[in-house]
Order: sequence, then structure tokens, then C-alpha cells
Amino acid sequence: MDLHDRGILITGGGRGLGAALARELARRGARLLLVARSEPELADTAAAIRAAGGTVATIARDVADKDAVHAIAAAANAALGAVDAVVHCAGALGPVPLRPLADTACEDLQRALDVNLVGPFRLDKLLLGPMFLRGDGLVVHVSTDAAVAAYPLWGAYGVSKAAADHLARIWATELDGTGVRLLTIDPGEMDTRMHREAMPDADRSTLARPEAVAVRIADMMADPALASGARLAAATWRQR
Amino acid sequence: MSPATAPRDDPRTTRLLAVDAATGRIDTGTVADLARLLQPGDLLVCNDAATLPAALRGHTAGGAAVEVRLAGERPDGTFGAVLFGDGDWRMRTEDRPPPPRLALGARLQFDGLGAEVAAVDAGSPRLVGLRFDRGEEELWRALYAAGRPVQYSYLRQPLRIWDVQTPFAARPWAVEPPSAALPLSFELLLQLRRRGVLFARVTHAAGLSSTGDPALDARLPFAERFEVPAATVRAVAAARQRGGRVVAVGTTVARALESAAAAGTLVATSGWTGLRLGAGTTRAVVDGILTGIHEQDSSHFALLTAFAPRELLLAANACAEAAGFLLHEFGDAMLLLGTPVPRPRDDRALVAGGDGRAMMPGCASPPPPSSAPLPSPHSAPPAPAPAATPARAQPPAPRSRARSRSATARTSPAGTPTCRPRTAAPRCRRRSWSATACWSATASPRAT
Repeated sequence: MDLHDRGILITGGGRGLGAALARELARRGARLLLVARSEPELADTAAAIRAAGGTVATIARDVADKDAVHAIAAAANAALGAVDAVVHCAGALGPVPLRPLADTACEDLQRALDVNLVGPFRLDKLLLGPMFLRGDGLVVHVSTDAAVAAYPLWGAYGVSKAAADHLARIWATELDGTGVRLLTIDPGEMDTRMHREAMPDADRSTLARPEAVAVRIADMMADPALASGARLAAATWRQR
Repeated sequence: MSPATAPRDDPRTTRLLAVDAATGRIDTGTVADLARLLQPGDLLVCNDAATLPAALRGHTAGGAAVEVRLAGERPDGTFGAVLFGDGDWRMRTEDRPPPPRLALGARLQFDGLGAEVAAVDAGSPRLVGLRFDRGEEELWRALYAAGRPVQYSYLRQPLRIWDVQTPFAARPWAVEPPSAALPLSFELLLQLRRRGVLFARVTHAAGLSSTGDPALDARLPFAERFEVPAATVRAVAAARQRGGRVVAVGTTVARALESAAAAGTLVATSGWTGLRLGAGTTRAVVDGILTGIHEQDSSHFALLTAFAPRELLLAANACAEAAGFLLHEFGDAMLLLGTPVPRPRDDRALVAGGDGRAMMPGCASPPPPSSAPLPSPHSAPPAPAPAATPARAQPPAPRSRARSRSATARTSPAGTPTCRPRTAAPRCRRRSWSATACWSATASPRAT
């Protein structure tokens, strides 16, 4: 997808990978609608993008809130004219510090499912119809290797992300040939607040910078040859 | 007929009345039958407007209770709005007490959102222009938190915002759902696409269907914002070239497309339209329409007379009533294939593919099962040729949608749902048409 002048919705756009990807996509000429819970973080990210000449609007809502998704979709469509792509960067770890599954409160698992699976499902449902009608659209789910490998302590996060991976695969199958594509991208380990919360003792010098990962994700989004339903890893991806 | 009193859990349960003006044939079935009735190359044009939570309860600066129902955004960025006095949707709109009279500059406070009266209509103090105290970026969050979907007294439960969104909901322009698309499940959309049916979009700000105020209702629909994009103009031209039919999903789509063809040729257009279609209209774009079931005194019914003779539509309604079809936004559906829009001579040459044989729309592929002329007594005579009236003649103002919208539910006449689904074996269809309501109505289409 040629990203220039496209309308792109980014959840979790206030900080971390979401904010870095917003800056990168704005630099490539996309118009953005950023969603996050924190209004001050959204305002900071939007201000930086505008200062660099980008076009961005924001809405401070929680993607896990069933009542909020319609306001988010309305704000995005009103600001962008049409949502050509959506990138789900918002994520919830579950219990922090991480705990074994048997020690995980049901509420923590539920929160991870709501933010990582059900919220994206609801938002995708709202955005896929207009994309179908236009015969064009891109949905990007940001995932993790914890969705594939069974890491101890990463239960709530891993379970919810594994389900989201499969959600995207099934959706890609159902929408095959409609012009609507889905990609799942594992960004790898990045130096973000979420990573600090999950692994406070990690050596930060070994972690990727979100800005570098954002460049790769933007490259993937721009590549029309990537098959819908593909699961890609930013660390090993090479632009063709 | 009775209104549907709740949203459907499953859109696939929507029943379908198929009416073909060219043959006079009327069939009943379910919405799944669209996959047979629509042909490869047909173009379904859908309204991608999302429906706002347009009903806001609040109070004036003096503390008087007021309900505002937004009527849509105006060119100056204000929102047209109709004021209602105390009460809510459970009360018939015409029974609501009058709202407080508001002067220019008056302030209204809703839950977390304020507005100022920026205009008062010269004809009715109940129709105002509102300017919200939020910029666009904050407006959506505040409006979606404060507002509820507009609804009427025939419904049993308060609606949630997701109850009123079609599968295509994108820009938040509509204040009532463009409900013709509510019966379209993704399952059906994908099936239609696999069959070769094509899709295009317009955006049309579906407006209020009733205010309960006779003077205001007579002015409905108010001018509504619409956009027909260039891609849709190209899709319509391509469909016609292939001999496909252009089918509007809903009255808003028909009005948007015909508004954008005001000069006789469809062009990419955005703006506001108050266009009404009716028996005097010569359609320039739309061959058929997927819509709801509309009672004969409604403005939607009047619009349908642009597609088929009133007599045929009355016969169709009699059949729908006999079969227990339901009215309004969550009710059943009708596919009305009108007398085809005349194709310009050069269009025909293109369709004919150079062999000089002009092909009319729909003939490029095998005809649908329902279009085969049947030796059935249930067919009304073919529709007369389109009236030779000026293309953009405005038909007289029909009665508003108010009456049917505010009607309370009543039960169907006992024992009338005798029509059987078309999907059953052919003998069932024959049996179904022994329903006297269908037969007698179509047998004397000229009766007045």
C-alpha cells in the first residue's frame, strides 16, 4: 500500500512502538488518527508529528471498552475521510510483574484478552466493512514471539496474542480476494515501557529501538506483495 | 402492517419481497435470495455513512428539560437539530410536549457537552442550528458519550450504538440508520462478491424520518449531506458497459446517485441535496433498489413510484402484509427492480460488443430465475414506459414518514402469513400465490 496521503488509525499511539510508528508513517505522508488511554501522551505525540509537518488527530479512549470503539471509528473516519489501514499497537501484559498462569487473576487474563484480542476484533469488525466496499484496506496486528513459544510467566499475554494471530489468519482467509489484507507482525524485543514492566532486569542495550522497528513495519505496510494472512518478524525481515 | 419492534440477532432472518417492474412479478423469500436475484456484473451501491448517537438529552440555561435530535451537519459546520420537550422515545413523537422556545445564542447543556443555538428556523422554532462547544477532535468523543441512537415508540428496548450501524458504517454522517443494508451479513456480501456482483459506495447523511410536528414533517427530508466519489462514477459506467444493473441499497443511495446526475449524467459530487424521487422522476442512474417495506402513505413509498407503478407497489405491499412482513428499520426487505434506466445509444453500442446487436442491461448473462416470464396469474401487467417528464422534475411532496414512524405496534391479522419462501420447492411457490391478498391485488392492478 502506497502510504502517502493514506488514512491510518493507530491504537496505542501515545507511546512506545505506536508513537514511533506514528512518527514514521507521518514522515511518509500518511494522515493519522491516534488512539490511546492517556490524553497527555497522545497530545505529546501529536504535537511532535505536527511540528514535523505531519497530519494527525487523536481520541483518548480505551480500545478494550465496547462503547468506545464506535467513537474511535467515527473519529477516525471523520478525520481521515476513510480508514485505509489500522495498526493495533495497544497491548496489555496481564499481571505486572508477570506471574505464572496458576497465579494469574481471572481479571488480569480478561484484561489481556480485552485489549489484545476482543478490542482489535471489535475495531476490525467496524473497519473491514468500509474496506470491503472500497475493495482496499490493510489491517496490521502487532504480535510477539510469546504468541508462538510457550514462555513461562507470559501466559495471559501469550494466550491473548496467540488468539489474535489466529484471528488475523482466519480473517485473511475469509476476506481473500476482496482487496482487504491482514498482516501480523512480531516487532521483536524493544526498549519500551511495556518491556521494562515485563522484564525490569533486562539489558536494555540489547533491545531494538522502537524507531528502528517502526521503519521496518512501515516498509512491510508499503509492500503490496506481502500475502494477506502472513505472520512476519521485524528482526528477520528484509525489504525486497 | 406491523413494525419490527427490535433489532435482529441474525440479519439472515430478514425476509425479502422481490418485485420486478418489467414483468410485474412479485416473489417472497429471504434476503439470501439476493444471491440468485442479482446477476454477475450487477453493481450494488451502498451508503457508508455511520449513524450518530443523535438523540441528546439535556437542559436549557434556565433548567428546562429538552431533547435534541440532530438532523445532520450543515454547510457552515453547525448541526441542524429538532427540539423535543420532556419525555423520551417511548412516547410517540406527536404526543411529546412542546420544547422550550430557544432564542439565538441560547445555551444548551448535555452530559459533558454544551451547545449554542446558532440559528432558529423562520418557519418553526423547533428547528434550530446548534454549534457545539468542542472542536472536531473532541466532538466525537463527547457526542458518543452523551448521545443515544434516535428511535421511535414502536421499539421495545433502548437501542445501543451498534444496533444502528450497517456493515459499511464509516463517516459519522447519518442521524438514523441507512437501514436497507442492515440485512446484509458478511456471509451474504462475500457470497455476492464470489458470484460476480460488484460493490460501490456513496455517503449520504440519512436524516430524521419523523419529528411529530406536522409542519416540520411536511418538510422532510431536510437537505442531507452526500458524496458520490469518482470511483463510484467509474463503477457505474463500467457496470452499464457490461450490461449490469445499478442497484441502490436504500433510498438514500438512490437519492444521492440521482442528485449527482442532476444534469442527466452521473458526475462525482459532494454537497447537500433535498432531492425527492417519485412517479414523475425519470431516473438517470438507478435501475433497482434494495429497501425496506414501506407503507403506502410514507415518503419512502412515494420514492418507490420512481421505479414501478403505484399499482404494482400496492400489490407488493398486499403480498407483504399477507405474508406477515415487518416494517421499519429492523423490518423485512424488498428488492425492487425498476423499469431499466434508458441507456444512451453509445452505451448500447459498447454493450453490444461490436456485433451491432443492442443488449439491454441484465441480458449479458443468463437471466435470473425470477425474470423469466411466468404464465402466472400473479403477475401484474408490465410497467408502462417511463413518463416523458423532464429528468429532474420534482414530484409533489408526499406525506411524510411521520405517520408510520410513530405508529404503535399492532398485531398481524390472524392467519394471513400464507406465502411460502421462494427457496422451497417450486410447488410451494405456486401454493403460496393462492393467497387471496396477493392474487386479488395483482389481478386488478388498475383498480383505484
